[in-house]
Amino acid sequence: MTGRTPQQGFDPQRRRFLSAAAAAAGVTLAPGVTLYGVTAAGSAAARAPEDPVTSSVRWGLLVDVNKCRDGCNACVTACVEENGLRGNGRPETDAQWIRKVELRDPSTGAKRSLPLMCQHCASPPCVDVCPTGASFKRADGIVLVDKHICIGCRYCMLACPYKARSFIHEVVEDQKPYAPRGKGTVESCTFCVHRVDEGRTPACVEACAEAGGDAMTFGDLNDPNSRISKQVAAYVTDQIRPDLGLDPGVRYRNL
Amino acid sequence: MGRHLVLALLLLLAPAAAAAQDSDAGRVPLPTIVKGKGEACVADTAYMRRYHMTELDHQRDETMHRGVRTRKFSLKECVDCHATPAPTGGYVSVNAPGQFCRSCHDYAAVTIDCFQCHAARPGETATKRAGEFPRTAGKFRQESEVQ
Ligand code: SF4
Ligand code: SF4
Repeated sequence: MTGRTPQQGFDPQRRRFLSAAAAAAGVTLAPGVTLYGVTAAGSAAARAPEDPVTSSVRWGLLVDVNKCRDGCNACVTACVEENGLRGNGRPETDAQWIRKVELRDPSTGAKRSLPLMCQHCASPPCVDVCPTGASFKRADGIVLVDKHICIGCRYCMLACPYKARSFIHEVVEDQKPYAPRGKGTVESCTFCVHRVDEGRTPACVEACAEAGGDAMTFGDLNDPNSRISKQVAAYVTDQIRPDLGLDPGVRYRNL
Repeated sequence: MGRHLVLALLLLLAPAAAAAQDSDAGRVPLPTIVKGKGEACVADTAYMRRYHMTELDHQRDETMHRGVRTRKFSLKECVDCHATPAPTGGYVSVNAPGQFCRSCHDYAAVTIDCFQCHAARPGETATKRAGEFPRTAGKFRQESEVQ
């Protein structure tokens, strides 16, 4: 009854084969029959509510650091509002799904400002270490915590090299209906999974565009026609700490 | 002194007892079932009474792990239909004493953990804003029929 989805092992070879097969299917079907609807979330297949997510999609986010303004906090504010992350005025323990990080090269004085959130790793260490199976990766690459199962051991927080997760220390009230949160569990950026599932982009991406930054692009990395895929193909982009081999879904340009 | 305290307690409890009595004129006390929105629930009341948690449990795994977002057995939908409007505007929590979820659970002495994390009041849901998912058609039946 409560069969869990098996973890999706990361196998680039198989993934490539699958997306090639999917593309072939799209071609062989009668012309005029659109298999893949274009959605706001970056040309991924429009999915019916009853259909499960599949690994033919891999959600990713590209941040153009040149466009990210020092002092702008629009993405963070939008995240807090969207997911109802009201804090208790204790920054040490309040939940933080996204934060602005300021970098400075001491030898030249060059400064960089960028948003940092869960990098939605393809090989997430937070999932490897979780003793309960609460920390998991969805087939479409979104890494989540199933708070029904999480025991709050915080092992995943130690394992995450990006310091992306928060533990909820205090009773939470007035949650958003689509973003359940509660005391004693760990949470992190969900790529606004509730929005993505209905074909919209994460709140931070929308807010960045509205604030005139347009520094963030969200979309399907497996779809060569998505805006994000075209950008990562055209420009050199970086993952943070690529040496760890986690293959984050979040990439940075002009870092 | 002690007697006064007991009397005060009895007086305090009297309205609650009266409310509980309202739902049943007979000798067996029953929980107050607040009527939900619409004509009937997504399944028979008898079925929902026994199996709502089984369905919710199943739905939670489907939604959480596989991204399935059907609405028939979604907890959000339960709350949307069963929360009663508050006189001051907004809604009363379904987890408040005497409200839909709580009154039955209190009666059966089963604690509800759902609302430690889940919203117990309808809110502006993501789905409603987008307004694109069709509502799952249900078989409609008056809740009072199966009281
Ligand atoms: S960034 Fe951290 S929390 Fe996110 S998937 Fe990677 S290891 Fe897990
Ligand atoms: S805190 Fe929760 S999600 Fe993290 S490792 Fe422990 S059980 Fe898993």
